[in-house]
Amino acid sequence: MGIELYGVETLQQILGWARKYSMFKQPFVTACCGMEYMSAMGPRYDLSRFGCEFVQFTPRHTDLLFVVGTISERQAPVLRRIYDQMADPKFVVAFGVCASSGGFYQNYAVVPGVDQIIPVDVYIPGCPPRPEQVIDGIVRLQEIIQAGETHSQKELRQLAGAKG
Amino acid sequence: MSKAALQAVKKKFASEVISEHSQHGDETLVMKADKIQAICEFCRDDPAVAMDMLSDLTAVDFLMQGRETRFEMVYHLYSTTKRHRLRIKLPVGEAKAEVASVTGVWKSANWMEREVWDMYGIKFEGHPDLRRILLYEEFVGHPLRKDYPIAKRQPLTRREDPVENIWEQKHILTGPSAGAHFRGSYDTE
Repeated sequence: MGIELYGVETLQQILGWARKYSMFKQPFVTACCGMEYMSAMGPRYDLSRFGCEFVQFTPRHTDLLFVVGTISERQAPVLRRIYDQMADPKFVVAFGVCASSGGFYQNYAVVPGVDQIIPVDVYIPGCPPRPEQVIDGIVRLQEIIQAGETHSQKELRQLAGAKG
Repeated sequence: MSKAALQAVKKKFASEVISEHSQHGDETLVMKADKIQAICEFCRDDPAVAMDMLSDLTAVDFLMQGRETRFEMVYHLYSTTKRHRLRIKLPVGEAKAEVASVTGVWKSANWMEREVWDMYGIKFEGHPDLRRILLYEEFVGHPLRKDYPIAKRQPLTRREDPVENIWEQKHILTGPSAGAHFRGSYDTE
């Protein structure tokens, strides 16, 4: 090709590298985890160091969905709808135990984990998680994106394979 | 301080009072459920009582507590002019779980009564719009009743119309009811 990029071998790797450092976030904040999310976003912990600072409040312009907090049964279709509106490839992080598993709620009102509604790539435990845990989750998500192993990327590959 | 209010109500509705007690200065009257509207109107309008605010309206389920009546309605009244409080409780049976609505006395009772209906299934006679307020219309049962299974889930069901069914559809809905997820309540014409 004439152009040599050190350490980068294929187009997929270039795309993965570009994607993982320019994630546009859509925070779906419903509960107290939002405070910890703010602190992770703020200057002290500073998620922008990891190429993850850009927050958009419109799902159509984002590729990373942060589900922050408890999701009730009545909110479930709304969350699903926001996920459906996002541009492919899209990534989902379940922030805190409520989003991951329902947390300490086991009742008529709360969805036991958002993976009942949408595919989740990274679960961040904690009630609420420390900003360090959030950063760890983001870095792990970046690794998965680079490897092309998120749910959305796998699905897209399958679709491409089916088309031939 | 609210002893005077309690005495006034007791004097006026002597035949309705079942019992009374006071805890930490909060007076409570347990009364028969039949004349709740008249009692509330008196509490609001009488100058010595002057309860111009209904601070809370809720219910309790006493299933398997050895009581004759299963439910109990609780009305928390407050007077912003006299600065005193009064609590009125009404035993409500299970067979006819129905109380007269006090929306005509305090407008704020509207949503509280809807919540009690939603959570306990106690009906309010004369309520202008008795629908579920917190849960969705498809929900079966009343979750704060003690015989509702603690971990029973009722995920929002699919809509009958496949075009409206966002659970099965991968692609984005467009059209007039694109923002409507709950059957009936959010539909725009």
